[in-house]
Amino acid sequence: MGLITRPDQSVQTGSKAVSFNPVAQEGWVTTRLDFLVNWGRANSLWPMPFGTACCAIEFMASAASHFDLARFGMERMSFSPRQADVLICAGRVPFKLAPVIRRIYQQMPQPKWVISMGACASTGGMFDSYAVVQGIDTIIPVDVYVPGCPPRPEGLIYGIMMLQRKIMDERMSNTAIRDEMTPDPTSQLYIPPSRIDELSEPFGNSVHQTRSAP
Amino acid sequence: MSSPVRKDPAAPAFAIVNAGQPGDRPATPKKVPHKGGAANPSVEALRAKFGSVIGRHEVMWGDTTVFVERTKVAEVCAWLQSDPTQSYEYLSDVTAVEYRDHVRPIEVVWHIRSIKFRRFLRIKCEIPKDGKTPLEVPSVWPVWKGADWLERECYDMFGIKFAGHPDLRRILLWEDFKEGFPLRKDFPMRGRFSRSEQLKNALAADPEARYSMEEISIADAYGDLPLDMRKRLAGGEKVGE
Repeated sequence: MGLITRPDQSVQTGSKAVSFNPVAQEGWVTTRLDFLVNWGRANSLWPMPFGTACCAIEFMASAASHFDLARFGMERMSFSPRQADVLICAGRVPFKLAPVIRRIYQQMPQPKWVISMGACASTGGMFDSYAVVQGIDTIIPVDVYVPGCPPRPEGLIYGIMMLQRKIMDERMSNTAIRDEMTPDPTSQLYIPPSRIDELSEPFGNSVHQTRSAP
Repeated sequence: MSSPVRKDPAAPAFAIVNAGQPGDRPATPKKVPHKGGAANPSVEALRAKFGSVIGRHEVMWGDTTVFVERTKVAEVCAWLQSDPTQSYEYLSDVTAVEYRDHVRPIEVVWHIRSIKFRRFLRIKCEIPKDGKTPLEVPSVWPVWKGADWLERECYDMFGIKFAGHPDLRRILLWEDFKEGFPLRKDFPMRGRFSRSEQLKNALAADPEARYSMEEISIADAYGDLPLDMRKRLAGGEKVGE
């Protein structure tokens, strides 16, 4: 689910003939309806908090009165995936939790979005070990990554606002955005295994972590 | 600030302390030597009782470590727990140590504490890395029931088998973790499999296969239970915690 660009509405002014394809054009009513629906969705995101580590503390701080997620219509934490719109994964996910978070994601009704909060959820962070998933985008599709260790509430709020902007850009005419991504039937992964291995290669000094006993 | 002083300065360091007696309150020992110093009197008692089963002992920072023969640990522990002159009621920890060394043996460690006598004793047994000696020690679960999860964790991380443990299976890692024992020195930090392989194995697990035995037996009645759970149920595991 990448950012969807608006349909190409450029008019060829160089030639005399102005190309016009009525099927590809969106009508006024549809775009206004899009706007209304997106406005409603973007401003009443109910989060499904998946807090596994210190990022969850910052997430709770964001929800508390000082930063006040209620301003975004998000004060209603949905502890059931069935009533949630956005899954906020705050913290590292060990392999033992991988099937759990995937099941939670699959139980959420469409439309649904995912925020990967913090370095560990996005990349595995400093936990480059046998037990930790190297980025939850290897298990579920992710919309917004919030960097930081942990990110301050301002960072999470910035991520939420980016997600809202993304939601506002959705178009009813573009069905691709509504289609749920299905994992590869053989590997059950959203990303090809070779690319997962490539992405989670150690970099810098951490290559020495593969060293075993002399 | 003056620390509480014992009534009788000549009294042995490990005398019975009666809580509630003023002046017999325990004081934090001062000037404890790094190595050496008075050993826990239980070591001498163990030598007198068990003889050659008890190996060397060492004292570091006031704590005594005594080495015990591998196969006799449970016997020694049972005596330490039940004997009224020892009375080690509390098992703090069961763990193991492997050194980054070909020759130095793997050590299994028990931390036990006598609340009555305010004593701490560390029992170790050595398992040589000769490839012949099995990584197996007797379980102290019959002595201290608290050893249950501690031994499971030690098995999970080091692969040390505790003979006589009622339910020795992985506790921290998932049950079908196939990569080995992570705290062993021959285990690479990032695991043995590639990341995609690890993900595939992890995602193959059923997230709902970790319920209580009651729910497992209900699921079994409907015939939708994963294979490992069916095996556990067939193994005669009791329903309930």
